[in-house]
Parts: sequence; structure tokens; C-alpha cells
Amino acid sequence: MIRRVGITITYLVFLVFLIIPLGKVFTSAVSLGTAGFWNALTRPEALHAFLVSAIIVAIVTVLNTLFGVLLALLLVRETAISRRLRHLLNSIVDLPFAVSPIIGGLMILLLLGPHTALGTFFEAQGVKIVFALPGMVLATLFVTFPLMVREVMPVLQEVGTQQEEAAYTLGANGWRTFWRVTWPSIRWGVLYGVVLTIARSIGEFGAVLVVSGNIINKTQTATTLVYQQVENFNYVAANSIALVLAALSIVILLLLEWAKKRKEVF
Amino acid sequence: MQIEVRNLKKDFGQFAAVQNVSFDIEPGKLIGLLGPSGGGKTTILRMLAGLEKPTSGEILFHGKNVNHLPPQERGIGFVFQNYALFKHMNVFDNIAFGLTVQKKTKREIQERVYEMIELIGLKGLAERYPHQLSGGQRQRVAFARALAPSPELLLLDEPFAAIDAKVRKELRTWLREMISRVGVTSIFVTHDQEEAVEVADEIMIINSGRLEQKGTPWQVYKEPQTPFVASFLGESNILPDTASITGFEAATFRLRDKSRAKTANILIRPESIEVGREHEISNPAAASIGLVKSVQFRGTLWQVEVEVGHHRLLAHRTLEKETLKPGDEVAVLIHSLHLFHEDESLFLENEIKRASSAAI
Repeated sequence: MIRRVGITITYLVFLVFLIIPLGKVFTSAVSLGTAGFWNALTRPEALHAFLVSAIIVAIVTVLNTLFGVLLALLLVRETAISRRLRHLLNSIVDLPFAVSPIIGGLMILLLLGPHTALGTFFEAQGVKIVFALPGMVLATLFVTFPLMVREVMPVLQEVGTQQEEAAYTLGANGWRTFWRVTWPSIRWGVLYGVVLTIARSIGEFGAVLVVSGNIINKTQTATTLVYQQVENFNYVAANSIALVLAALSIVILLLLEWAKKRKEVF
Repeated sequence: MQIEVRNLKKDFGQFAAVQNVSFDIEPGKLIGLLGPSGGGKTTILRMLAGLEKPTSGEILFHGKNVNHLPPQERGIGFVFQNYALFKHMNVFDNIAFGLTVQKKTKREIQERVYEMIELIGLKGLAERYPHQLSGGQRQRVAFARALAPSPELLLLDEPFAAIDAKVRKELRTWLREMISRVGVTSIFVTHDQEEAVEVADEIMIINSGRLEQKGTPWQVYKEPQTPFVASFLGESNILPDTASITGFEAATFRLRDKSRAKTANILIRPESIEVGREHEISNPAAASIGLVKSVQFRGTLWQVEVEVGHHRLLAHRTLEKETLKPGDEVAVLIHSLHLFHEDESLFLENEIKRASSAAI
């Protein structure tokens, strides 16, 4: 009896907080017909925003995969670094989880903003960081950094060092050992991390808003465009883009499930 | 490969895992590192492989110091306790791994791998993955993988630990034959004395990071140099003195330092105690009288616990003889015992028995 009530309540919560709003987004997006929906998506600023989002996702995913896997290897496998340093690095990895993304963006602004030493230095070299793509990439990297490390570390720990040691005794160097022995056992974990990173970087709003300045046709991403359209009471446009983002999220969710299954199998 | 180890030491933080171990190994020998768990055997093996750096001391292969060489350049094969097969590679690729590293041609690799698969008796299983093999088969693949690149030294870490008892016995014999056929110098680690005695040409007894004794299994069993070796290899009774044991009343006076003979250790092997009715005993004059306390069936013999004076002794009795019962009064003939005092070790025979056989 109690169980049934519990299940009913859970379904109701789902309905009220997830399904109904999503339905609202959908009905609002197509309230002016499919033409209106299509129009909202193909406007130059919308196309540009999607492009900026895509670029950020691509760069962040590549960098995060590379550095995430490297840091995980360092933290799990490297015996030369002291225990204290390892501990420190390990806690720093979690920092973005603990800190609000907006504060993360603010930190980048304070470090590389136009009136700081580093900011003026880069400006002099002709590289704009804040209110430009590099800053947005940095902000998204900051937010997504723990995802890959935290995904790969437990897999590395579980696989253990014996297979790698066996490869060494058979004459394989570190590079070959990584690609032939370590990589095949962590690749599904890495894929899971990649999908998580993509999901997080598509949806990132706060940190990017702070460092981007949200300049139309320049530094506006899909999420910050939704925000701006809502501010302008342009609900059809906002909901159309939101609907596309939501659809992407669902696809990613399915990918995540698939990757998780593969990870468990291997 | 000829191996020399000089004053090898390894500390893990405060813990001294290996302390001043030195030994030589002749080419082609099969050596067993035997000792209780946590005694440093695996650490010694890993240092020989280059997987662990010694704190101090030297390792020489063919007279050349190899301390600085990484595992890749030592010319060794290593079989891990849990085999550590590459689980995403099939049997063929596992065995071929070391050969592809050596940049052999495809044909050479194929030939060698199929030769190895034939050798380990897994013909037709080349396409199987490790999770599709039994424990014994995995063990064989691990062995073939280590041997395929023709190492000069084969190191095996508890090679039989993860296999069930029956298969283990078969594999032991198999491994011994394989190694003597290939002729590679080999060192294996084990905590199982039966395994070490059965398989090894020579055993090294390792205890708390020290090398207690090195020799053929027979030597080590027959002439243990320390109480630990005597008690670890084979079963033994440990007594504080020899009072009321006929034939050994004056045993402790044979020690160099007679004044402190009281601190000596006396060890008696169950197999050197004859226990039975007076008429069964080979030399009743040399026997003491004892009382049977308990009798236990041990698979191939009876283990009889017998009380002699204030000592309790465990003795063996063959199954063909009449079964003894607790409470029986029996004759107890002790043929020989080991006496240890500081660094002195003596092997003594029953004096009365010796005197009577000399008289004849």
C-alpha cells in the first residue's frame, strides 16, 4: 500500500516537474506552426549561437578527454609523486563540483579580464580571452574538468597494474603498453566521460554567461540565447531553441545508457 | 642465465621487506622461493624482474649489474599470480604480444605462437578469450606468453595459488617437465612446502625478509640450519628439553656451549618417531613408554598424539598396522632429532639404538 502511494507520488512529481514543462516548451515552440519553429531556428543569431555552442563543445571535449585521462593516469599510476601532492591534486579536481559555475566564470574574469596583468599581456599579443571564444572554452573546461577524471580513475584502479607490468616484462615500452593494454580496458569509461562532457558543455550557462558578455552573433551560445529571448519576451524563439537542446539531451541520455552498459560488460 | 644477488635490501617506508639477501643461481636451475606469506618472497622476485627498485644491494645477470635496467631490458619472463592475461586479446594475441614487441615478421610470430600453443596443449583454442578459459588453461597461456620471446630467466609468482587442488598437482608436474624441456633458468615463489619440494631443484627458505637456508629439498629437510627451517619444511614437534626421552638423555651436552644448553630448541619430525605395541617396535630397548592421547586419520596415515613424560609428541603410523586407541600404552622409539642453539645446529641419532646396532 505504502509502496503504491510512493510510486504514485514519484510519477506525479515526474509529471509536474518534468513532463508538463517539457510539453509546454513543445507546445509553445510550435504555437505559430512549424514555420514559426523553423524560423526561430534559422535566424542568423540562432544559427550563430548553435555554431558557437558546437565549437565550444568540440574543443572542450577534446581538451578535457586529453587532460582528464592524463591526470587520471597521473593520480592512479604515478608512484613518483608524493602522497601529499597526490592528495592535493585529487581535491582540486573536485573543486568545480563544489564551486558554482558563475563563480568559476568570475574567477576567469578576475584572472584574465581586460584590466588584469595576464589579460593585458594576452591583449598585447593580439589574443582576446575574456568576452571571446577562448574565455568561454576555459569556463566550460573549468566546469567539465572533473567529469573525465572521476570517470576514468575508478576504472584504472579496478583494472590494476598487473596487465601493464606483464606488458613491461614482455618488452613493451610505456607508449605501446598504454595503447595496447591500458586503453582497451578504459575506453568505455572514457567514452562515458566524453558523453558526460558533451552534455555538460552544451548545457553550461552560468560560467559562460559571465565570461562571454553574451554578444549577439559573436559570443552568444544556444543557452545564453534562450536566456536572452526569454528576457525579450520572445517565447516562441526561446522555446524552439530550448526544444532542440532538450532533444539533444535525450539523445545524449540514451548514449550514456549505452556507454554505461558497455562499460559494465568490459 | 647465471644470477648473483648481493646484500639485496628493500624497505617500504618503515617496513623492511627484504634484508641483506645474497645468493647465486646456476644456469638452468629451477629454484623455489619458499616461505610464509608476507615474508618478502614476491618482493625479491619483483626486484629480479625490475618491477621494484632495491633500496640497496646488487643484482647481477651473467656477472653484469642490472640494477638500473627496466623490466623491458632484462630478458626475463614473468608469470603473475593471477596470470594478468590481456583480457581483451585472445590466446593467440596474448602469446604473440612479446614477439610483436620484438618486431618479428608475421610468419615468425605465427610459427612461434602455434609452437607454444602446441607445447601447452591448447591446440584449437587460439581464438578463445581469457574469460572463456579455465583456471588451468589461463595458467598455461600465461606461461606460454612469458616463454614465447625466449627469455633467459623465467620468474613465476605463486603460479599455482589460484588453481584447485587436483589440477594444481597435474600442473606442477607439467610445469616441471616444460621447464626442463625448454631449459630456462626459473625461479618460482610459493608458500606451499609440498609444492616447493616436489618441483624445485633447489629451494630457498625466506622468512621475514631473510634468506634462512638454500639447498636441495632433501638437504634442507635433512639438515635444517635454523629452527624456522626445520619447523617450516615438514612437520615437527618442538620440545624444550630431552628429559625422559630414551636415547637422548645427554643430547644437550653435545652442544658447544654446554652451560646454556637449557635455551636450546629440540625438534623431532613425526616421521622419525616409531609408535606401537612393544612387539612391533624395531628396537624396544631404545624406546620410551608413552600413552596414546588421540588418534587422527590424515588421508594416508594415522597421526598419533602420544604423551611421553611431560612431552606431547605427534607421530605417524602407517595404515596397515593395527589401529591404536586413546588410552593405549605404547612404546615410543625416537630415531633422531634436531638440536638448535643460537647458530649451532645438530642432527642426533638415538644413542641406545646406535650402541645396540654397533654391538651386532
